[in-house]
Amino acid sequence: MEQLKTIGRELAMGSQGGFGQSKEFLDLVKSIGETRSKAEEDRIVLHEIETLKRRITDPDIPKRKMKEYIIRLVYIEMLGHDASFGYIHAVKMTHDDSLLLKRTGYLAVTLFLNEDHDLIILIVNTIQKDLRSDNYLVVCAALNAVCRLINEETIPAVLPQVVELLGHSKEAVRKKAIMALHRFYQKSSSVSHLVPNFRKKLCDNDPGVMGATLCPLFDLITIDANSYKDLVVSFVTILKQVAERRLPKSYDYHQMPAPFIQIRLLKILALLGGGDKQASEKMYTVVSDIFRKCDSSSNIGNAVLYECICCVSSIYPNPKLLETAAEVISKFLKSGSHNLKYMGIDALGRLIKISPDIAEQHQLAVIDCLEDPDDTLKRKTFELLYKMTKSSNVEVIVDRMIDYMISINDSHYKTYIASRCVELAEQFAPSNHWFIQTMNKVFEYAGDLVNVKVAHNLMRLIAEGFGEEDDAADSQLRSSAVESYLRIIGEPKLPSLFLQVICWVLGEYGTADGKYSASYITGKLCDVAEAYSDDETVKAYAVTAFMKVYASEIAAGRKVDMLHECQSLVEELSASHSTDLQQRAYELQAVISLDKHAVENILPSDASCEDIEVDKNLLLLDNYVQQSLENGAQPYIPESEHSGLSNISNFRSQDQHEASIHGLRFEAYELPKPPVPPRIHAASLEPSTELVPVSEPSYSRDTHQVETAASISDMGSSELKLRLDGVQKKWGRPVYSSSSPSTSNSTTPNTVNGVTQVDGAVNVNSKTRSTRDSRKPQVEISPEKQKLAASLFGGSSQIDKRATSANHKVTKAGIHAPEKAQAPKAAVVSNQVTVEKTNHQPSPDLLDLGEPTVASTTPSVDPFKQLEGLLDPTQISVTANHGAVGTTESPDIIGLYGNASASGQSSSSEISLTTNRDDVNFTVGLVDATVSTAHAGTTLPTQFPKGLNPRDSLEKDALVRHMGVTPSSQNPNLFRDLLG
Amino acid sequence: MIRAVMVMNTQGKPRLAKFYDSVPVDKQQELIRSVFGVLCSRAENVSNFVEADSIFGPDSRLVYKHYATLYFVLVFDSSENELAMLDLIQVLVETLDKCFKNVCELDLVFNYSKIHTILDEIFFGGQVLETSSTEVMKAVEEISKLESASNSINLVPKSVSGWRGR
Repeated sequence: MEQLKTIGRELAMGSQGGFGQSKEFLDLVKSIGETRSKAEEDRIVLHEIETLKRRITDPDIPKRKMKEYIIRLVYIEMLGHDASFGYIHAVKMTHDDSLLLKRTGYLAVTLFLNEDHDLIILIVNTIQKDLRSDNYLVVCAALNAVCRLINEETIPAVLPQVVELLGHSKEAVRKKAIMALHRFYQKSSSVSHLVPNFRKKLCDNDPGVMGATLCPLFDLITIDANSYKDLVVSFVTILKQVAERRLPKSYDYHQMPAPFIQIRLLKILALLGGGDKQASEKMYTVVSDIFRKCDSSSNIGNAVLYECICCVSSIYPNPKLLETAAEVISKFLKSGSHNLKYMGIDALGRLIKISPDIAEQHQLAVIDCLEDPDDTLKRKTFELLYKMTKSSNVEVIVDRMIDYMISINDSHYKTYIASRCVELAEQFAPSNHWFIQTMNKVFEYAGDLVNVKVAHNLMRLIAEGFGEEDDAADSQLRSSAVESYLRIIGEPKLPSLFLQVICWVLGEYGTADGKYSASYITGKLCDVAEAYSDDETVKAYAVTAFMKVYASEIAAGRKVDMLHECQSLVEELSASHSTDLQQRAYELQAVISLDKHAVENILPSDASCEDIEVDKNLLLLDNYVQQSLENGAQPYIPESEHSGLSNISNFRSQDQHEASIHGLRFEAYELPKPPVPPRIHAASLEPSTELVPVSEPSYSRDTHQVETAASISDMGSSELKLRLDGVQKKWGRPVYSSSSPSTSNSTTPNTVNGVTQVDGAVNVNSKTRSTRDSRKPQVEISPEKQKLAASLFGGSSQIDKRATSANHKVTKAGIHAPEKAQAPKAAVVSNQVTVEKTNHQPSPDLLDLGEPTVASTTPSVDPFKQLEGLLDPTQISVTANHGAVGTTESPDIIGLYGNASASGQSSSSEISLTTNRDDVNFTVGLVDATVSTAHAGTTLPTQFPKGLNPRDSLEKDALVRHMGVTPSSQNPNLFRDLLG
Repeated sequence: MIRAVMVMNTQGKPRLAKFYDSVPVDKQQELIRSVFGVLCSRAENVSNFVEADSIFGPDSRLVYKHYATLYFVLVFDSSENELAMLDLIQVLVETLDKCFKNVCELDLVFNYSKIHTILDEIFFGGQVLETSSTEVMKAVEEISKLESASNSINLVPKSVSGWRGR
């Protein structure tokens, strides 16, 4: 009786609700579907949460109802709201005996809880029990939960059972048990004793279990290939069997024998064969077999082919296989599908490591990809170009990269590509001038994203020149840098880092060649400091630059006329909140009032690269100390030995020195930027020390030099790869600063010398190219492209060995300069122009189902006619059309629907439209899919029995509306409007 | 390893989201939103691959497929093959289609637990478990049969087709 009642209720609900859920749930989903704003949706969901909170705590809730509540909770959480109040009920549900409820419970907990949640402990017991269940579905459900919920601590509680399940009679259970163990292995090292199990299960007589075992083995082999070399033969045998279709038919996928297993095996072989000739030789036959057998017309076939290429490129090279791989790659690149092009570019990037000249055949295809509107493809192509950069084509490649960098907004990728540009420019720069220009661009457009060290490297480069003893070239470099900066400086909103470089260079070399007057340079600097008045670092750089400019004026014997705005700026800064700025301002004022001789000592011109010799013992003061002692002064007591503070004020400098030795650091004063020597603050803080007399030469000199020292230390510790070996490091001047340990670092660069002199005699090859001009250029290919191709690929059968070590000289630019001059421009080569754009074979592609490629075979029909014909006055549902209309026109219809939903926003019928639309479009998509799969032809026996059946959708649509999901408004009118 | 499976509609509403790493709920929402942001800005007729480093951290790729009003998205790392993942989406959709007969977005909304059952038969703990939609269907049907047998109060089948068939 009770049961009958339930059935009655179900039926009653079915007529209004349907889909097994209550009306409430449907209403919820519907109303959320109708919302137009996030706020509205939130309101509805919050209301729902309130309802559920109230109901779910009710003790006599029927179980079936409870199940629905749990599902509703899951739904709410998927929408991003907190459903934690119901977690405990989901946990309780896992204890239920009914399979349905148990599975629902497990589903909910796996979605709700993470492995560290407190409630896990309540589930472990149930899982243990369920793992021993007779019903294998219960076991599977428990294994599912195990994967998600068991953490390192609870692994031991279930481990024995899971291991036991490896011998279960159902292969589905064995498979899942293997994967659960794999998960354990990923999570904890404590199960490493189970590794032999994986080896054992490789021999399981069910291919599915064997396939599952490949996943953990792949992970294990990735970590340590050597201990699995003995399995090479087994893997090769398995792969052979799979490729020869020895597996049951049910493992076929789109006519390929177990492609996913093949892919996994090829990945494993690639790992095992890497650099191992013996192991690789065992693989050659099977890989070439697969190459031959693979059906390149299906997506999955191409996936296997791609995997073969990856394998070939990572195992010990075999010329024949490489050739086959190259053929496949060219097929990929010539295909019309973006996916295949993408894979082709990726594969090319792998293969050029082994056979560099293969890229040349595909130059035009690569350039096409580079100009493709698809970002993914473009980025992949840049990746490829990065791999094939050498000094002959670096200009073109980096220019392209920078253009692209400017055009995108994605800061993540911008950072990435900026660092790539810097790296390439530093490695392969053909000329100093080009290098500086390139860096300027990078800084200008991505300055906030590049590493600080890049800026320091650039400054150092400009200061040191390129290491040649050619002073003229160096000064030319500097003046061209100064000129370019003076041009750029007016641009609005330059990145801070770039401004720092500009200020530094202008300060150091702005007036060096006499072209610009001191007042002009300082005026510009002043503008910068004012325009970026909230950037203290830039201001600091600007003030120091003033000081250097004026110092060189004084040293040259000219009278210093401080500009009015400079004066006011300096005055303003001397009252700044930043002690660093204050300090710099006072120093500036002090330096200006000095005489020529003193200034030359403090700020010698172009001495930023001098070595700083540290006089740690301050011997220069010995005389002074001696004198003072003779005059009756107290002998110096090291700080550690004295407690009073006041008695040493006379030995100020000594005191400073001590302070630094003891590492007194007053962090609060430290600026974000390094060039502030902490010691100076220490000095100015020392309560007993008298304030530093500003005019005292030694002091201001110190600060300047300390500053340089500090910036050296920055560079010294930089890991960026500005090649400086062979370049005499001559930073700074003798000064005491020992506070930065890296100073010593930077003064001993010669040890690195010669380590990576790889590029010395590299490029002899730029002419080999001309011999390849065998074919005439195709007409379709624009000269620009050819030119680009020539500059990218020309003169290049040899790839510069890229120094992996960080040190690689920029100086080599000198060697490259002449070679580069003759390289790319010489002859436009469209050698091997095999890519004919018109000839692209649009190979039937399973992937792009629903693309118009298939359409050519369907007779094109007037969609509207078809629609009208199909419009059934009673069942008005456009769903009916999808089948008949066919693939050709489906996009139009979808477009129409799109418009409809957009225009119908305000009417109440909107929901009906959208829901219908969902239904229709989705079906259309799928039908397309089936159609095109069928078309893909011979390869695919139609596995889709349903095909083009408008009736199905009609019925379904009617049903949906009947259920009350769709409001009652009349669709026909709507569509009539639409269709005219 | 596969990191996440997502299905969302063209308005960005999540229809199904399963993460195989532990990801807190807020983060999940954020990820779904950013994935949608990337997807909806992509033109048609471009590749189905997206580099997802900026969303999911290093070494992550994303493959998506657009069916009518739905995006199917798989996120995974370099140990998987992109083209194969694309086919896996195909497997998932084929299975859904077999299960619901002309599947549509509504089916996904209303058959939440069933979809998850299907998903669990294809993916397991971030690895691919089964790639034949026939096998998946078999397993799912077996589960539903046993479920309804073990639970007599539940007489309403879970799929439209079943309901209509009566």
